[in-house]
Amino acid sequence: MSNKLRYDVIVVGAGPAGLAAATVLAKSGVKVIVIERGRFPGAKNVMGGVFYTDCMKGIVDEFPGKAPVERHVIEERMWLLDDNSHVGITHKNEMFNKEPHNCYTVFRAKLDKWFAGEAEKAGALIINNTVVLEPIVENNKVIGVKTDRPQGDIYANVVIAADGVNSLLSKSLGLRKELKSKDVAIAAKEVIGLNEDIINERFNVKGSEGVTIEITGSFFPGETMGFIYTNKKSVSLGVGMILEDVINSKMNANDLLESMKQHPSIAPLIAGGQTKEFLVHLIPEGGYKEMPKLVMDGFMVVGDAAMMVNSIHREGSNLAITSGRYAAETYLEAAKINDFSENVLKKYIHKLNNSFVIKDLKKYKNLPDLLQKDKRLLQKYPRLLNQAAFELLTVNGIPKKEKEKMIWKTAKKEIGISNMIKDLIKIWRSVK
Amino acid sequence: MIDIGKKDPDKTHYKDIWVFVEQTNGEPQQVSFELLTKARELAEKLNCKIAAVSIGKSVEHIAEEAFKYGADKFYILEDEVFSDYRTEPFRDALSRILIKYKPEIFLIGATTQGRDLSGTVATELKTGLTADTTQQEIDSETGNLMMTRPTFGGSLMATIICPDDRPQMSTVRPGVFKAIPKETPQKGEVIRETVDLKEEDIVKKILKKVVSNEGNINLSFYDVIVAGGKGMGSKENFKMLENLADLLGGTWAGSRKAVELGYVPQSRQVGQTGQTVHPKLYIACGISGAIQHLVGMQSSDIIISVNKDENAPIFDVSTYCIVEDALKFIPKLIDELKQNKKIKTQ
Amino acid sequence: MHALIFIKQVPDASQVRVNYETGTLIREGVPAILNPFEAHAVEEAVRLREKIGGKVSVLTMGPPQATDALKECLSMGADNAYLLSDRVFAGSDTLATSYALYEGARKIIELEGDVDLFFAGKQAIDGDTAQTGPGIATRFGIPLITYLIKLDEVNIDKKYAIATRLTEFGQETVKTPLPAFFTVEETLNELSYAPLPWLIKAAQTEIKRLSSENVELDRNQCGLKHSPTKVKKAFTPEKRQRGETLKGTCNDLAKQASEILLPFVK
Ligand SMILES: Cc1cc2nc3c(=O)[nH]c(=O)nc-3n(C[C@H](O)[C@H](O)[C@H](O)COP(=O)(O)OP(=O)(O)OC[C@H]3O[C@@H](n4cnc5c(N)ncnc54)[C@H](O)[C@@H]3O)c2cc1C
Ligand SMILES: Cc1cc2nc3c(=O)[nH]c(=O)nc-3n(C[C@H](O)[C@H](O)[C@H](O)COP(=O)(O)OP(=O)(O)OC[C@H]3O[C@@H](n4cnc5c(N)ncnc54)[C@H](O)[C@@H]3O)c2cc1C
Ligand SMILES: Nc1ncnc2c1ncn2[C@@H]1O[C@H](COP(=O)(O)O)[C@@H](O)[C@H]1O
Repeated sequence: MSNKLRYDVIVVGAGPAGLAAATVLAKSGVKVIVIERGRFPGAKNVMGGVFYTDCMKGIVDEFPGKAPVERHVIEERMWLLDDNSHVGITHKNEMFNKEPHNCYTVFRAKLDKWFAGEAEKAGALIINNTVVLEPIVENNKVIGVKTDRPQGDIYANVVIAADGVNSLLSKSLGLRKELKSKDVAIAAKEVIGLNEDIINERFNVKGSEGVTIEITGSFFPGETMGFIYTNKKSVSLGVGMILEDVINSKMNANDLLESMKQHPSIAPLIAGGQTKEFLVHLIPEGGYKEMPKLVMDGFMVVGDAAMMVNSIHREGSNLAITSGRYAAETYLEAAKINDFSENVLKKYIHKLNNSFVIKDLKKYKNLPDLLQKDKRLLQKYPRLLNQAAFELLTVNGIPKKEKEKMIWKTAKKEIGISNMIKDLIKIWRSVK
Repeated sequence: MIDIGKKDPDKTHYKDIWVFVEQTNGEPQQVSFELLTKARELAEKLNCKIAAVSIGKSVEHIAEEAFKYGADKFYILEDEVFSDYRTEPFRDALSRILIKYKPEIFLIGATTQGRDLSGTVATELKTGLTADTTQQEIDSETGNLMMTRPTFGGSLMATIICPDDRPQMSTVRPGVFKAIPKETPQKGEVIRETVDLKEEDIVKKILKKVVSNEGNINLSFYDVIVAGGKGMGSKENFKMLENLADLLGGTWAGSRKAVELGYVPQSRQVGQTGQTVHPKLYIACGISGAIQHLVGMQSSDIIISVNKDENAPIFDVSTYCIVEDALKFIPKLIDELKQNKKIKTQ
Repeated sequence: MHALIFIKQVPDASQVRVNYETGTLIREGVPAILNPFEAHAVEEAVRLREKIGGKVSVLTMGPPQATDALKECLSMGADNAYLLSDRVFAGSDTLATSYALYEGARKIIELEGDVDLFFAGKQAIDGDTAQTGPGIATRFGIPLITYLIKLDEVNIDKKYAIATRLTEFGQETVKTPLPAFFTVEETLNELSYAPLPWLIKAAQTEIKRLSSENVELDRNQCGLKHSPTKVKKAFTPEKRQRGETLKGTCNDLAKQASEILLPFVK
């Protein structure tokens, strides 16, 4: 028994959540080991991705410093996409050029690897190429994990599950159920290489300024969301489809991505580009209502594993990092009294409740259900809006007044006034 | 021990093109004659002579053929110690001869033996060596040999020169050049070399030789490769590929999935983690054409693919595309070929 | 027993794409991997160490990022990892590379003790030259055994090894005195899955750095300037186009194909 592998904390998963926890712990002198199944941290991790700076405070203070970020975002567009048109709103703000920048576009393969380097510098031990199979439980208390390596059992005071959307660990502990097809999105993403100047010209930016475009609408089946983000020398383009929509529409994310690339509003942005990478990943979309139980004796769940994704605002990595930090801080407090029971670790939940993490997740808690149930919201409205814009902007001798009347008539026919009012109230309620 | 001597550093003292004639048990390798044929073309540009050199227990009988393919001189080194190829004595003996006669260009076949030998000889001579070349030309301005070779599994070609050091050495893949006998062969001169070497001086001993062991086949020795993938459906079905390969004087191989499924031994896997091959003819049956497979075979001269799926990526690199069930098609093809063969031999 | 393996970090050839417009390789975003042949060399050496004791060192010459490949070797069970990295090596061809590695290896011998078995991969999947190993062996003046497929016996006390290698016509088994130099095939062994404590030890092992500051070098044999071969130009081979699609019934197809194949029929 003497050569048993023992650490203070085992972190499972070297994504943003796990690395944040490990960095904070290691900085305080805690003996922490991170187990990652990928060839290196980030090897298989996928994100759109827009990375928010604020959450790195207290973890890696000098962010971005030498971190591999692509462009800082100064303009955000939102598009409602119809079959051959879009209407959109844009927010571009010179304030976003001020440092510290609000957010950056990033590649996870690079960012996670860098972050892991920071965690190692702080003193964390990162083990790659190793899969955690299950927790080791004794008297309802988690005391370690089993890995797929020979002599692969490790023991610790606390195990932090940062193992992402599929979280084997929280599932096998019964903290959470299998993901339902309505609560998980399949995201496909393609990175399209383009010349830096061409990107600057097409997106009307300069230097390291970047643009994001979030896309939804009747072009997509169901609740699908698409995105386009600018990197230094490439554009990331992707779609996230709720699994249920995949089943119902019989379309998969790859096909959709392909047809999205052909869309007249999008094709010119990527014309002449070369596909450099194609990635697929899951996004937990259940929101607050689907969050698992977050702690038990010797165990905490952080990040995507805990369903902490705010899909409306495409925030995930920042919630992951913040939750990782809280879990680490909770451990430090528990270590002072050498008590790692659920009762003490519950402080982690309090911290979350008092932060933007849970407050934001609560705010949007009904939205996933609403969007899922009500096809009107993402299907009929965008189509109507695109039609309306087209009608109003086409000069063909019909007076504008008459056009408005026609639009209004179609809207009434397609949706009905009472429904429209109901929808407005529903949306307002679900995000208030 | 062989004293290899001291290399002449003055590059202007080097002239003529030399070709290494590789042999096993007195049987010469075809690639050597391919190189002599190519050397004729280069020698014309350089206005120089061609020499062949061979080392073995008994090699003099090869002289006739060497002259037929263009050698003006044939240097031989015969000794009991050279009956089997071993790196060290061959390296030292060959280095000594090259240092003594100072050829400007020295060509070796890129066979297992040629690759083993060339790397050590070039290091002894402290000169450049370009491996696995597929094109050779003389730069008309400088007279340098321009050697072109594929890298990155054939994704990129590089033209390499060795401007300041002599000899300019390169290995050439078998089958890249054609061996064409001279129309009017002339009898050349046989020059006998000797070295003072006894078996006791050689530290490496060959204990056992196994000829053509199935477990470890070198696919690159074949002009024709018939490969199958997962689409072949079973190990038994590979028998038809073997039959087809026999008819075409080639061998059979497989994709990694075929290996994983146990249809094909790993030693016959083509691709990134298998062997890289460049046969004259590659027939791919029931192989989808994943990039990891393509990097191992896409520089084959002719590629014929049989796949049920007309959009299979393998077709994008194929000379001839056959959209058909391989299990139906191959037996028919074998019948046809047998018919034709009969007509041909009649 | 002390084994020294020369390992190289290479771009994953399967993920390198060609830009046909510019005639260059798109290497950006292409993961760098341990050259697959060397993984088997490390595996063999580590198995030998587990059996007869001793230690396994690995050496690479390359840019600082090559530490990733060294770390991979450590987590497979290697004991020491050396990175030989210096500006003077930039642009080395195989002759200059084998020189640099030879000097690096001599330094390792000075630091870690005599080496009994040297290993290199059969070839690197980026350059495909298969010359570096033979070059180093020649510089050491030790027996070279290329295309190793089996290490039948190693006797450190009596200083010999029996090894089986591939030849043109099958295979041969040779007896060689040690130290000797082996270049290995992938069929040498099956990679095994290292135990977790090895990975932990690897993560805590520091990569040792060698450069012109701590290795004695003859600068007249280093780098692009002193490499006899030069790349005159690089270009992409003509992109293969999808060729002719044969038409007709299965019988028709067989007829057409047999016409095409006729010249090959033996
Ligand atoms: C297409 C897409 C776009 C997105 N866009 C954005 C965006 O723009 N901005 C944003 O903030 N968020 C975005 N997100 C969400 C964000 O990526 C996640 O919320 C975030 O990565 C969560 O971090 P995490 O550390 O919890 O999980 P992950 O990043 O998933 O990390 C989990 C880690 O655990 C490892 N692991 C899992 N199981 C095991 C095991 N059994 N043993 C060992 N290791 C294991 C995994 O390999 C992985 O490294 C996006 C997600 C997707 C899919
Ligand atoms: C790191 C790495 C290294 C790899 N190295 C290699 C390598 O060295 N070599 C290699 O080959 N692969 C390698 N692979 C695997 C590679 O990615 C593919 O999975 C593999 O090549 C697919 O083999 P396949 O074409 O036989 O099977 P599949 O991709 O499953 O294709 C089978 C094909 O057969 C067709 N088919 C089915 N039935 C019939 C029929 N009756 N008649 C005609 N056609 C039929 C199908 O349409 C399909 O196209 C590697 C992968 C990785 C990740
Ligand atoms: N830069 C290098 N550092 C260490 N080993 C190398 C290096 N280059 C080549 N090698 C070794 O030599 C073998 C043959 O390489 P190559 O001659 O490039 O085909 C490789 O498989 C490695 O084992």
